[in-house]
Amino acid sequence: MADPNTSRTVLEADAIARAWRRVAHEIAEAHADGGEVMLVGIQRGGVPLARLLCETLGGLYGGVIAVGAVEPGLHRDDLSQRAMNELHPTELPGDLADKVVVLVDDVLSTGRTVRASIDALMGFGRPRCIRLAVLIDRGHRELPIRPDFVGKNLPTHPDERVEVRFTDDGAPNTVEILSP
Amino acid sequence: MSWHRKHLLDIESLSAEEITTVLDTAREFKAVGERDIKKVPALQGKTVVNFFVEPSTRTRISFELSAKRLSADIINFAADASSFKKGESLKDTARNLEALNADIIVIRHSAAGAPHFLARFLKAHVVNAGDGAHEHPTQALLDVFTIREKKGDIAGLNVTILGDILYSRVARSAIWCLRKLGANVTLCGPSTLVPRIFEQMGCRVTYDTDAALADADVINLLRIQHERQRKTMFPSIGEYASLFGLTRARLAKTKPDALIMHPGPMNRGVEIESEIADGDRAVILEQVTNGIAARMAVLYLVNGGKAEDL
Repeated sequence: MADPNTSRTVLEADAIARAWRRVAHEIAEAHADGGEVMLVGIQRGGVPLARLLCETLGGLYGGVIAVGAVEPGLHRDDLSQRAMNELHPTELPGDLADKVVVLVDDVLSTGRTVRASIDALMGFGRPRCIRLAVLIDRGHRELPIRPDFVGKNLPTHPDERVEVRFTDDGAPNTVEILSP
Repeated sequence: MSWHRKHLLDIESLSAEEITTVLDTAREFKAVGERDIKKVPALQGKTVVNFFVEPSTRTRISFELSAKRLSADIINFAADASSFKKGESLKDTARNLEALNADIIVIRHSAAGAPHFLARFLKAHVVNAGDGAHEHPTQALLDVFTIREKKGDIAGLNVTILGDILYSRVARSAIWCLRKLGANVTLCGPSTLVPRIFEQMGCRVTYDTDAALADADVINLLRIQHERQRKTMFPSIGEYASLFGLTRARLAKTKPDALIMHPGPMNRGVEIESEIADGDRAVILEQVTNGIAARMAVLYLVNGGKAEDL
């Protein structure tokens, strides 16, 4: 954990919850048919957020929304430059064909993790389209990738880190900016 | 997650955490092998050399397929067709392979310690695919992976290894691996092939087959390594089969859920009765499938290890 002197909280639990509920409404507005939507959380921070969206969207659509997880680790572009990451399961709830896949992550920055996740998904099939929902967009993109649904835009310095902290039962608790 | 090693030379020097990291990683790679598209780009652009100075088919193709599923380029270098016959030394041959810009060298050699020797001067990552009667680390990892998949936790399990222990690198690696993870290991076979010295590795040694099998959760059968035995170690194959072979009569006296494992190649009618090999308690073919996942995990992990960590 980071030294508390260099970490500041920018969002509290209730503000996060409101922003994330709005994102769920935006997804439901953009995609009328809940049966074709599949939420896929990017390991690890995106997975609990995808589950939360699944709960809210279940109420909005009035039915169970498919939810899964994808591990981008094997598709990263920096594998030769760093020690290997711990791998978590890729678990998709069904066939991707003709699905509207909504990729979900906690923090979007360079876009490289999203690129790797898209590649990982393509190994399983051909979805109709892939959308991207993130809780925090902190900027500093290095690839031509753009989120479709954003909880909060958070301008940051490149040296800072943004961390979404979760409670033990997977609810987002705070968003912190860590300075070097 | 605990892995910083540049090479995989043996199980003896690994910690329980490192072994568990390989097993956890292998679990994700097994899922890749079950998909329609069985390939991930994790080692894209890397070159792996299968440097096999001792004949092997199944280990070689298992490594070959593992490297291919990670998108690495792999070439096979077999001793038969090589410059060894023209008198080149192991060191020079390995340096030549490295000069081809090999990133990972998978070595099988009849001399114990050959992989360790290469690791001392090569810049490439070295993976031991079996060195003499010393170790065969990836076999132990795939065996333990298979046991964990079937039985859950390894700690506290009773594992009996039956057969030629003395000349078996599979046995040595398996014993280290199982002991580090907390299993109770029993060794059994002809006294000439199962010396008491193995008790120093924390194993129970017995020459009574029924006693060795009575409380076993896992029975790992080993082949007689005729090619490594310098003299006759037991009177006849027939006598070996009747004293130490796994027959249906012996199996009937074991725990009903005991797993039957064999690293292959198996000699039906010698160490294992044919019906048992094909029975539903045998996981011999699953071991083959899991071998690819375990070797993918090893190639993936060593590729991320840096020189200073060895």
